[in-house]
Amino acid sequence: MSAATTERTPAVALNPLQRLGLWWDGVVDRYNALPKLSRLLLVILFVLFCYALPLLRPPIITTNAIDFGGVMFSVAAFALVALGLNIVIGYAGLLDLGYVGFYAVGAYTTGVLTTYHWHWPFFLALPLAIAVTMVTGVILGAPTLRVRGDYLAIVTLGFGEIIRICVNNVQWLGASAGIKDIPHPNTIGKKPVPPFDPGGMFAIPHLKWNGWVPSLDKVHETHFLVFGAVDAIPYYWLLLTAMILVLLGDRLVKASRVGRAWEATREDEDAAELMGVPTFKYKLMAFALGAAIGGLSGSFYASSQGGYISPDSFPLLLSMLFVAAVIVGGSGNRWGAMAGGTLVAYLPERFRAFADYRLLVFGLALTVLAVWRPEGLLPPRRTRRAKLVEAQIDELEGEGVVDE
Amino acid sequence: MLLEVEGLCVNYGHIEAIRDVTFGVEEGTVATLIGANGAGKTTTLKTLSGLRKVRAGAVRFDGKDITHAPPYQRVLLGISQSPEGRGCFPGMTVLENLDMGAFLRKDRKSAAYRADLDRVFDLFPRLKERERQAAGSMSGGEQQMLAIGRALMAKPRLLLLDEPSMGLAPKLIQQIFTIIGEINQQGTTVLLVEQNAAQALKRADTAHILETGEIVRSGSGRELSGDDSVKAAYLGGDL
Repeated sequence: MSAATTERTPAVALNPLQRLGLWWDGVVDRYNALPKLSRLLLVILFVLFCYALPLLRPPIITTNAIDFGGVMFSVAAFALVALGLNIVIGYAGLLDLGYVGFYAVGAYTTGVLTTYHWHWPFFLALPLAIAVTMVTGVILGAPTLRVRGDYLAIVTLGFGEIIRICVNNVQWLGASAGIKDIPHPNTIGKKPVPPFDPGGMFAIPHLKWNGWVPSLDKVHETHFLVFGAVDAIPYYWLLLTAMILVLLGDRLVKASRVGRAWEATREDEDAAELMGVPTFKYKLMAFALGAAIGGLSGSFYASSQGGYISPDSFPLLLSMLFVAAVIVGGSGNRWGAMAGGTLVAYLPERFRAFADYRLLVFGLALTVLAVWRPEGLLPPRRTRRAKLVEAQIDELEGEGVVDE
Repeated sequence: MLLEVEGLCVNYGHIEAIRDVTFGVEEGTVATLIGANGAGKTTTLKTLSGLRKVRAGAVRFDGKDITHAPPYQRVLLGISQSPEGRGCFPGMTVLENLDMGAFLRKDRKSAAYRADLDRVFDLFPRLKERERQAAGSMSGGEQQMLAIGRALMAKPRLLLLDEPSMGLAPKLIQQIFTIIGEINQQGTTVLLVEQNAAQALKRADTAHILETGEIVRSGSGRELSGDDSVKAAYLGGDL
């Protein structure tokens, strides 16, 4: 072949979702080009905005049919789960289809510790719930992580169901009736005295919007920090705080030796072994860390508003949604995974009016994504780079140009 | 003997992949295993690196029995492999790949590490040019260089090379073999598995021919390349 044919770069037409990826790259590049101080400032502003979001109740975004604070809580819970599952699927490349099992273990540990068996306060039960889930992750991982790929997916799928069915049959865990009256976390500030004193340290009014004109809403206030059945916003704050901590930890681990070992194992397990990476150990670590974060999220879920969990709270479908969140967002990129979790939890609530068509639309959206952007909305930049090269090579090979 | 393999048997299920394989590699030499597809060459190397379980027999490295040692312990002892089909990490850059090669080294911030990196770049100047490029986007020859360079970053005493010439253009094959010779001269013992028997025999101090999982001939590289039956079977010589 002449040099002219090999050097021609194939024109790869970009679809809207791929353009979104390029736009995101641009945003990241511009952010990275900023001086350190401005970056810090931007991060602080963004975090503050996230905390304030349910109070601001911005039009369009706000769900009017259903309590916006509650929606934000479940969005944050999903984003946190996606962040945990991203370690397992995105970093270590282990397809875990039974993640809801860990979510359930976290929730049930909290439920058991804080109700009629022991009556522990929530914040004491939380770390133990995380630890128990982590140990569960190791117990499940030790025998199963020796199988690879599809086999692992099937084993984990079974695990999710086993947990649910076991709980359903153990009286001590409430069986099918579940555990109710799981206490809320202790109020920080003055204890609320119903019916007139809402308690807390101080009250924060919400905003209300008249078209695009905001005004203070004195009727709806959030009491800082009262965790109760009425207002989900303090829960949301609690969860957001946990998420930020997890995010910081995630960054540290990903950039460390452990993160590189995961990446090598994901890309080529045999080659990783040849480099001296004890892949089993690192896979187990990813499994345990992912499980711990799932347990953390489950623990919050158990003590949230309703204070009620039952085996029906942890269906197989939830596992699928968790995986969907990570894949949709872009597995391997923590921001992608969180975006995926946010979308999967938020969109159905926002469009509740079309509730009958929810699953249909969700399925369609997944199909479109699979066709246009199988690597997810915001995959890690290196995945996208590799895909682009792959497409170009395919195109060259299709034209019969052999490159060597 | 740096490496001693004695009566090695490895199975895949009920199928015997290699049977009673015995050979040794003297320190400072180049040894080669040649043979056709499916003769058990790759299985032998994978077993030496600890990726395959041994059914019977023993492997000793520098006098130590490593028959059942896990792969990372063998890397620590000084066995490093460049796998068949290159096995670079495609999403990682060249530098990151080389860094993975040094995964178990504790001196990754030291001058010695920099020196080793420079040594790899001296051997393969192309890698220096492509330092920040994703390995998956490089040509086959470049990936082969990277795989060898990455194995060297572990500071091996014994370098295992699995078909470094596979899928490469003749000119590149020549170049790769010259570099293997250079690596050996710098003091690293090399065990080379090849289908390209002509090149391998030319470089090797000792050679072994594998046929359906068994060693059928052993000798010096020169001896075997002069042998008529070997010529007929592996070198495509005149019949």
